[in-house]
Amino acid sequence: MIDSSVLYVVLPELIVALGAIALLMIGVFSSNGEAAGRMVTWLAIAVLLAAGIAIFNQSGAATVFGGAFVSDGFTRFLKIVILVGAALTLLMTFDNFSRAKILLFEYPVLVLLATLGMLMMVSANDLIALYLGLELQSLALYVVAAFKRDDVRSSEAGLKYFVLGALSSGMLLYGASILYGVTGSTSYATIASAARLPEMATNVGLTFGLVFVLVGIAFKIAAVPFHMWTPDVYQGAPTPVTAFFAGAPKIAAMALLLRFTQAAVPAVASQWQQIIIFLSIASMALGAFAAIGQNNIKRLLAYSSIGHVGFALLGLAANSPEGTSGVLIYLAIYVAMTVGAFACVLCMRRGDHYVENISDLAGLARTDLTFATILAILMFSFAGIPPLAGFWAKWYVFLPAIKAGLYPLSVIGVISSVIGAYYYLRIVKVMFFDEPAEAFSPREGRPSVVMGLSAVFTVAFVLPLVGGELVDAATAAASALVH
Amino acid sequence: MSSILSVTIFLPLVGALLIATLNPEAKGNARWIALWTTIVTFAVSLLIWINFDPTTPGFQFVEEHAWLGTLKYKMGVDGISMLFVILTTFLMPLCILASWQSIQIRVKEYMIAFLILETMMLGVFCALDLVLFYLFFEGGLIPMFVIIGVWGGKRRVYASFKFFLYTLLGSVLMLLAMMAMYWHAGTTDIPTLLQTKFPRDMQWWLWIAFFASFAVKMPMWPVHTWLPDAHVEAPTAGSVILAGILLKMGGYGFLRFSLPMFPNASADLAPFVFTLSIVAIVYTSLVALVQEDIKKLIAYSSVAHMGYVTMGIFTASQQGVDGAIFQMLSHGIVSSALFLCVGVIYDRTHTREIAAYGGLVERMPKYAVAFMVFTMANVGLPGTSGFIGEFLTLLSAFRANTWVAIIATTGVILSAAYALYLYRRVIFGALEKANLKSLLDLSPREVAILAPLVLLTIFYGVYPAPVLDVTATSVKNLVENYQSAQGTASASLTTRGYQ
Repeated sequence: MIDSSVLYVVLPELIVALGAIALLMIGVFSSNGEAAGRMVTWLAIAVLLAAGIAIFNQSGAATVFGGAFVSDGFTRFLKIVILVGAALTLLMTFDNFSRAKILLFEYPVLVLLATLGMLMMVSANDLIALYLGLELQSLALYVVAAFKRDDVRSSEAGLKYFVLGALSSGMLLYGASILYGVTGSTSYATIASAARLPEMATNVGLTFGLVFVLVGIAFKIAAVPFHMWTPDVYQGAPTPVTAFFAGAPKIAAMALLLRFTQAAVPAVASQWQQIIIFLSIASMALGAFAAIGQNNIKRLLAYSSIGHVGFALLGLAANSPEGTSGVLIYLAIYVAMTVGAFACVLCMRRGDHYVENISDLAGLARTDLTFATILAILMFSFAGIPPLAGFWAKWYVFLPAIKAGLYPLSVIGVISSVIGAYYYLRIVKVMFFDEPAEAFSPREGRPSVVMGLSAVFTVAFVLPLVGGELVDAATAAASALVH
Repeated sequence: MSSILSVTIFLPLVGALLIATLNPEAKGNARWIALWTTIVTFAVSLLIWINFDPTTPGFQFVEEHAWLGTLKYKMGVDGISMLFVILTTFLMPLCILASWQSIQIRVKEYMIAFLILETMMLGVFCALDLVLFYLFFEGGLIPMFVIIGVWGGKRRVYASFKFFLYTLLGSVLMLLAMMAMYWHAGTTDIPTLLQTKFPRDMQWWLWIAFFASFAVKMPMWPVHTWLPDAHVEAPTAGSVILAGILLKMGGYGFLRFSLPMFPNASADLAPFVFTLSIVAIVYTSLVALVQEDIKKLIAYSSVAHMGYVTMGIFTASQQGVDGAIFQMLSHGIVSSALFLCVGVIYDRTHTREIAAYGGLVERMPKYAVAFMVFTMANVGLPGTSGFIGEFLTLLSAFRANTWVAIIATTGVILSAAYALYLYRRVIFGALEKANLKSLLDLSPREVAILAPLVLLTIFYGVYPAPVLDVTATSVKNLVENYQSAQGTASASLTTRGYQ
């Protein structure tokens, strides 16, 4: 007999799961075609909204299902970010998919399933729950990466993502089994208390398991040197799918990483900190340098996202409550900016043909000043120039890193951010300083709204009403995680 | 009156938003709104100056509100920042006027960029919180990048990137230093930090990080190379703002942070700054002598003049700091005026090559007089504002280190050489070039721009008291604190427990 209060704790997940099943039925039994796809997409957005409302109504902390599933301020903060990211990217699919003739009901259903996986990842408090959530998410994502079936690049993206993703899942599973072997449990709480025993400090098995789990997660967040799939998948997948990939799944994987490090293995922090520091430095540096030579804007955003993961990991490397809240703030701002940037990419269209090269943006300021200004604001924000949101994201992750005395790491970080600024500026230069290329077709409403919202958020973050609220929420969320 | 500073700072931003709503074709409206916004801002800032009490060393017109997280929105002015605010608001209407005809494309965006830039610059001088200061300090990069890149000359892209990345690289280290200060003192509040004693070896690191930022902004030799490029490529008004105000942020930063917050490190590293300063004075003066481009010549002379400023600041004496502030204000007026003068003839002939001119005095006598006054002020002729600052800084340098003063004084001679040489080649000589024979003298608009600058240059040269009165108390306070910190430094050396 399941207590109804248990159901209340998992209500958001239930809504998404039942919604996905119901929408699948609706899609299957409706006469096939675009109309069904359109309707199911709207319904999927409604389901995500309903789940968001359910999360808003929750409060306090609860652990259910034998300690495997936890709900607290930390999970609620990240789930809201994930749901917002997923809903906004779904909103942007209509026109693009319709032109590519793939506006089908399967996509929103798969997105819902992936989102369900992410919500479970965020709440996972046990290695098995972690793996279940992760696989549900990944399998759905493999399919949507290859959603444009008759396009070679999209199929290639799906296959690449699948092979490397399966490899990383295998590694994670291997690491999890070693941890189970060493500590005798899959529960984070038991692992944490076992790891605290003095003889564990030098236990090779624990270190081994830890490394494998971290490698598996590093694949999912695309931290260097486990990032190779990112540029190809980002470029190959249909743009609305890429927008989805760049936001929500990274949040979920970072959430996993945060809870795993803080709740399961805090006792051996000095060991995982080294790994995180390495991942952070490598990601920031590669993100800065590799993006310089890119001409495809989706590839450029892929490398930029690798760099941003590096910055977010800075906060985790500090291993403090401030660090955790810094990561949360970074993730929220990153999702808002990334969704906006991809909305801009979706507006790069001439007739029925979508273009993706940076040179296509030439002189955009003269043909569509609003568009150019919004993209410029996002680029300056990505570069971390105050007073835009991107600056605050960096401020809140460098601050704990400095407190923790990670000076060389911080210096490398800020220098990579200056190098990274070069390629963001290059986009601004192309739009504002160069002679106009052929104008784009008129922008469509939905992507325009999304990029407008993103730009307004980026600029308005500096106001207490926006940034202050977010910072307070992230601080409260972080205190729920770090006991 | 309680929020008059915020009103001054954000008025231009309101004007910018107003212009943003205009039809892009309404060039005239954009110009008039920008002009009136800057004039009203100037008027409000004069109100601050009138109500400013020069006898107290502390911050005045302080505003404090809760902001993000633990950060506070805090603004205020003291004797050091007061006049920079006035200088900024004073130069802005002139910049708008100077762009009246020379900017014909994308007028709306141009005016928006300038007004946003004004908000950022005013914010820098008024911010009483480290993060707020950094926000305005860096935020100004965006409009300036656009101004150089969109309305600049042929190599504008190169110049704008160089400007942006150079300054950004300098500033990010300062950002890390600010974080370290936050964790040490538990606050980013500048008045509190001014009372905080940082351990000596921490001071060294913080000083170096702040120096990286301000030295680039100043700019000091050898990180000055972005300045000639940016000056040459920027439109006239952009050059005016760069020379007049953006460079002063470096000097202001030294006075607001380096000297009072890290007094021991400042004392230890003063010889290093002196060395860079005299190299800047002598070397860039020599470089200025061989320039073919008028704007480049003035840019190099700016670097040389900023050498006196850094030298004066790090003597940490009343005359030195007073002189440095005076020199900055005077340079703000004089070099801005010189760039405006270049703009006047550039608008007519579209070249900045010195060799393309000659004999302008025959066609443009009024222009020749104005140019003469500013050239003399640039040289530092007694009776012009340029003299006071140079004299005071050299005087204090002489007491601090005779050799520094002796070498720096040769810069005065060199500046006379390059400035007069420039003047002779442009204004005097035979009027031979055909395209110069039809030039018209200053238009009423141009007279309206240059006349106040001529008056101020001579007025402050003859009677510098209005400036020195405002700065004296705050500077005295700064110097006293600095000296008492030196006294306690040797004692604290033995007891410091900083790891």
